[in-house]
Amino acid sequence: MNTVIALEDIHKVYHTGGVDVHAVRGVSAEIKTGEFVAIMGASGSGKSTLMNIIGCLDRPTSGRYLLDGTDASRLERDELADIRNRKIGFIFQGFNLLARTSAVENVELPMLYGHAHLRGREQRARALQALETVSLVERAHHHPSQLSGGQQQRVAIARALVNQPALLLADEPTGNLDSQTSIEIMGVFQKLNNQGITLVMVTHELDIARYTRRNLIMRDGRIVSDTTVAERLDAERELARLRDAQQAVQLSL
Amino acid sequence: MRIVATLSIAVRALRRNLMRTLLTTLGMIIGVAAVIATVSLGYGAKAQIEAQIASIGQNVVLVWSGSMSRTGARSGWGGAGTLTIEDAEAIQREITGVVQISPEIQSSTQVAAGNQNWYTRIQGEGSEYFDIRQWPVIIGSAFSGQDVRNANKVAVIGQTIADQLFPGEDPLGRVLRVKNVPFKVVGVLSPKGLSVQGQDQDDLVVIPFTSSMKRVQRVTTLRNFMVQAAKPSLLFSVQQQIIDLLRQRHHITPEKDDDFTVRTQQEIAEVVTAQSRTMTVLLGAIAGVSLVVGGIGIMNIMLVSVTERTREIGIRMAIGARARDILLQFLTEAVTLSAIGGLAGIGLGIGFSRMLAASKGWPTLIPTEWLLYAFSFSAAVGVFFGFYPARKASRLDPIEALRYE
Repeated sequence: MNTVIALEDIHKVYHTGGVDVHAVRGVSAEIKTGEFVAIMGASGSGKSTLMNIIGCLDRPTSGRYLLDGTDASRLERDELADIRNRKIGFIFQGFNLLARTSAVENVELPMLYGHAHLRGREQRARALQALETVSLVERAHHHPSQLSGGQQQRVAIARALVNQPALLLADEPTGNLDSQTSIEIMGVFQKLNNQGITLVMVTHELDIARYTRRNLIMRDGRIVSDTTVAERLDAERELARLRDAQQAVQLSL
Repeated sequence: MRIVATLSIAVRALRRNLMRTLLTTLGMIIGVAAVIATVSLGYGAKAQIEAQIASIGQNVVLVWSGSMSRTGARSGWGGAGTLTIEDAEAIQREITGVVQISPEIQSSTQVAAGNQNWYTRIQGEGSEYFDIRQWPVIIGSAFSGQDVRNANKVAVIGQTIADQLFPGEDPLGRVLRVKNVPFKVVGVLSPKGLSVQGQDQDDLVVIPFTSSMKRVQRVTTLRNFMVQAAKPSLLFSVQQQIIDLLRQRHHITPEKDDDFTVRTQQEIAEVVTAQSRTMTVLLGAIAGVSLVVGGIGIMNIMLVSVTERTREIGIRMAIGARARDILLQFLTEAVTLSAIGGLAGIGLGIGFSRMLAASKGWPTLIPTEWLLYAFSFSAAVGVFFGFYPARKASRLDPIEALRYE
């Protein structure tokens, strides 16, 4: 199994208002191809900072970070942008789609900044293919405002997938969704993971973390627990159970 | 990122706030239209003046008595009469490249014919005058060299004189009196109309300069000569030769200033067009200021746009946009804004100058290269004033930008 993420003694110190804030204090971890990892922790535990470093949005103050074999800890801004474009697919809590831009155009966006100069038609084909993966082709020309939260997050997932990255990175992907839609999104993640895609997700919801394969728990800038999920939940089964329960309520009425 | 994609993003962003875009562009539109209208007026005036200067004649060198000395004006051009008939003959005889010369002497006085009278310009000229000025006599004929040598009392009149003194009659052979000296009308000049200054060019009486000197003005010196050179390339050489010859003839020692002035037609044209150019530059500068104001408007709106779209910038950066992609995107937007304004301004400016030409009768002319200048300049305004906001956008921190509400 290849190592996608290798963190070696990562530190991150912020200087704000003359005070040093030690957000990450020596994190070392390895994540291999095909893993589905949840990073958990209370707010202020340093999980978001770590996430930004893994996502190449930020650089560690010290330590080494290898992403898919590339040392990403000492790269310049533009080189980081390039890595984000080619190797990472981002999924955010607030979906972060461009407003007044159709779903398929949102999905095309990463190809706009890619090195491979694809023709317009090819870009469109790839974007539609990515939307197909998240079962949203029929909504391709809807604008985000015409889509539900779950659908918007699926568009965001399609956008993250379109450049075929080595890693999908999700920051509280279910934070703005109700419980059923959250499970649906987890179902999409599990399906992608079963196809061999590596997923790293930050969440503070314990039940959501149970859909992953491995949980890292952070506290005060350190990883305090690294466990394999024993009784992994299956999104399909949970959804079916939820539907039954809803039907039961309706029947009883 | 490709140009087409960048441009389409820019156009889409601009269409999103159509009203704002239009108002911002308006600054550019007004600026460019003002520049185009000013330039068209300036060039129109210039073209008219040049046509006027050309109507002096072909390859003409003018010699006036009196001079502008290095120490200041000693005597005005044409003031003191220092030129003589012998000077004119010497120029004709000794200077190579001279085709012909017409000595001139002018006065303004009352002329009368029958019971009509009229105040007009009396021009004493050589018989070569009509040829040098390329001013044909349409009725009758010009006076001859013989008439000049004999100081005959003959006159060629302008159309206005014909109309005023001999209304509804054939003026040929009729007599008009200049200071009670009778002159016989031998010809009528073709009408020329008004000059740029609104002066009636046909309001004149041309008589032999000898007759004017002896019979009208009673002077022995001349005010000026009109000299025609063989071809344009000889103008300068003729000018220099005349200066040398006249200095020698007037016994002017090297340390003294000329008591005459020699100017070529080109020099006169330059002086006159320089005046109109100064005016154009002045008006153009004012118009240019409005372009700068338009540019500031663009900068202002782009700064607002960058702030509004901080989150969008964050998203684009997160998915791999480099700093220069963002810079280019906002710069393209600013340039699109200013270029559209430039194009619309050119259209409006052309329309405005046509309107001036039609309603006020002012001559207007828009040189094609100025359309190009105006467009390029408006695009450059976009680059200049769009650069700071675009750079600000490109330097945003992706994490901060994503968090921006």
